[in-house]
Amino acid sequence: MSSPADTEPRKLDLIDKAALNPELDDLTRKDYEWGFVTDIEQESLPPGLDEGTVRFISAKKNEPEWLLEWRLKAFRHWQTMTEPTWALVDYPPIDYQAISYYAAPKSDADKPQSLDEVDPELLETYEKLGIPLAERAALAGVAVDAVFDSVSVATTFKDKLGELGIIFCSFSEAVQEHPELVRKYLGSVVPQKDNYFSALNCAVFSDGSFVYIPKGVRCPMELSTYFRINAANTGQFERTLIVADEGSHVSYLEGCTAPMRDENQLHAAVVELVALDDAQIKYSTVQNWYPGDKNGVGGIYNFVTKRGACRGARSKISWTQVETGSAITWKYPSCILQGDDSVGEFYSVALTNNHQQADTGTKMIHIGKNTTSTIISKGISAGKAQNTYRGEVTMLAGAENARNYSQCDSLLMGDECGAHTFPYIEVKNPTAHLEHEASTSKIGEDQIFYLNQRGLGTEDAVNLIVNGFCKDVFRELPMEFAVEAQKLLSVSLEGAVG
Amino acid sequence: MTNDNTPLLEIRGVRATAGGKEILKGLDLKVGPGEVHAIMGPNGAGKSTLARALTGHQDAEVTGGEVLFRGKPLLDLEPEERAREGLFLAFQYPVESPGVNNSTLLREGLNAIREHRGEDELDAIDFLQIAKAKADLLEMDHAMLGRAVNHGFSGGEKKRNEVLQMLVLEPVVAVLDETDSGLDIDALKVVAKGVNALRGAGRSFVVITHYQRLLDYIVPDFVHVLADGRIVKSGPKELALELEEKGYGWIEEELSEASAS
Ligand SMILES: Nc1ncnc2c1ncn2[C@@H]1O[C@H](COP(=O)(O)OP(=O)(O)OP(=O)(O)O)[C@@H](O)[C@H]1O
Ligand SMILES: [Mg+2]
Repeated sequence: MSSPADTEPRKLDLIDKAALNPELDDLTRKDYEWGFVTDIEQESLPPGLDEGTVRFISAKKNEPEWLLEWRLKAFRHWQTMTEPTWALVDYPPIDYQAISYYAAPKSDADKPQSLDEVDPELLETYEKLGIPLAERAALAGVAVDAVFDSVSVATTFKDKLGELGIIFCSFSEAVQEHPELVRKYLGSVVPQKDNYFSALNCAVFSDGSFVYIPKGVRCPMELSTYFRINAANTGQFERTLIVADEGSHVSYLEGCTAPMRDENQLHAAVVELVALDDAQIKYSTVQNWYPGDKNGVGGIYNFVTKRGACRGARSKISWTQVETGSAITWKYPSCILQGDDSVGEFYSVALTNNHQQADTGTKMIHIGKNTTSTIISKGISAGKAQNTYRGEVTMLAGAENARNYSQCDSLLMGDECGAHTFPYIEVKNPTAHLEHEASTSKIGEDQIFYLNQRGLGTEDAVNLIVNGFCKDVFRELPMEFAVEAQKLLSVSLEGAVG
Repeated sequence: MTNDNTPLLEIRGVRATAGGKEILKGLDLKVGPGEVHAIMGPNGAGKSTLARALTGHQDAEVTGGEVLFRGKPLLDLEPEERAREGLFLAFQYPVESPGVNNSTLLREGLNAIREHRGEDELDAIDFLQIAKAKADLLEMDHAMLGRAVNHGFSGGEKKRNEVLQMLVLEPVVAVLDETDSGLDIDALKVVAKGVNALRGAGRSFVVITHYQRLLDYIVPDFVHVLADGRIVKSGPKELALELEEKGYGWIEEELSEASAS
């Protein structure tokens, strides 16, 4: 399918551009370090988390009373919870009181004024990824309006979507403009008390995206955070809600391949998808947050809750993710297959190098009759990294003739990394049909030598092997994303062999 | 520096170890343009070690001697550089690469070699035409091009695939390490046809084999016996017949007599 968005040069997550230059941001932050006053007039909050913090955020966003109450309820519950420890990841304790939960968007004056002021290493990576010059500036957080007229692009798309009745805006805007929709669906897929990180998100979420596709409408373009430039600074506690009404279709792209830097170490996003009768949602992610340096210093902790409800009959939700960034990834995009004949899919490539740790997978919960799910997970570990697939397939008593196919493959490069697979299965209906395949392979020296002998350099040889390993997942990505994802893997693996 | 008579491959006193043990103990071999050299010798003599040393496999560590490839030193080059210079090895045990498409590998390899020679890259369509024509020559199903490299191939299919790669990459010197073993008689003829199609003034072959039979189809200019890490005997193609008949024992006897006297 060709859509107008396909002709656009690239999807950028401009909302996060403000966070791209940590050094500079540190300087601007210093001003706010001292003194704790919860003053609604101020632009940022000092570190700390209590009910006042939650009220401040809500007030700043001019939220209705019900949403404030909703946040507070989540916060009170969060206080009774403890951080989960079951994931196969290892990190020092997080001090939630040391985090600042609200910072206003940076003004252009605070940003680097040209590429000359940007970290050369970051620019080198953009170069390798083949990102056009103009967009490098945007990504690196340079004050871009002069370089790159994104506002008008976004406006054009918004008009076009508006004609079809599609709502695509920041979460804050949706709260103001479409409160009835937000109220109806918010928390309906991921309950406030779902887990520690989602509860925290409910209490302090900053901003995110909202999408509503009306009955019978097929969204004519890939919706990307690229086009939603009006919400700055949503990186840390992002909140996304996508509702596809009966018979509608939408494909949503999140993130981009360019490395994303952020001074916030902890990220705890929540994404909720709702598909009504015959609706289809395709959600694709490329996650390339800062993974820390070669020695494992720094890097983002990415604790994400993503879940989709196939609420209607014959509805379909498909998650595709390419995860190469973050120091720690804790993420299980899941599907609740409630409607009869509904379909859930999960396609994942998770790559960990150096000291990165990823514990990722999915949950497929079959409730309706004839529900089917497919899980294809490809984990790649290099360096000293640990890569875990954790998946759960549940078939409840009413799920007549439910089917699942799972395939979990791991690829190891070198002797110091690890791959782990934890598939959990719970079946309460005897007509259920499950198939599970798993493999672990190692990129062997003989394999690389063989390709060398045919004229390929070692890096090209590794890329060929890795891309071959991932192709079942790449096939699911929108065309342009797939090409970028391949490049991204090769850049992420540079120096991993040889 | 090179002229028409410069050997394409010249091995001078090469010593190499494998697994910490000296396997090649000063091996000499000169391969002129257009020549076909057969190397025979008992199991474990070091034939594959020689192939590995030439192509730069890390399991064969060269400890002495030198190798000239078209008059230029070879041993300082990386394995892929040697390949791009035109050195090809048909592996005794072709390696499987699940997920890597056979034709993608071949196209990337061919383009790397072409780039090295200053030639234009071939696009996917031109490449596929060439690859299919070569597959036809080897009576190979085109579907093999679309499969993962050697993955799930039968023993014979793997060998045939090695020859396909050779035909596509058109090397200057091709080393065939027991490409005949595992082939049925019809396949053997087909493979020989492929090799003979490439024979010409500017190209040479080193054919490692245990069987005279192959040499009926790929007629060598010279036959060498590799034993105890050296070329211990060389002769015309008839030597292969003699070896098949009498085995290697008599050569060893000849050698020990020679060293005794
Ligand atoms: N990596 C290694 N570690 C230990 N020993 C090795 C290694 N590689 C080769 N060898 C030994 O070196 C010797 C020569 O092996 P090579 O494979 O060259 O024999 P070959 O002449 O090709 O034999 P064949 O006719 O059986 O193929 C053998 O004894 C083998 O066991
Ligand atoms: Mg051998």
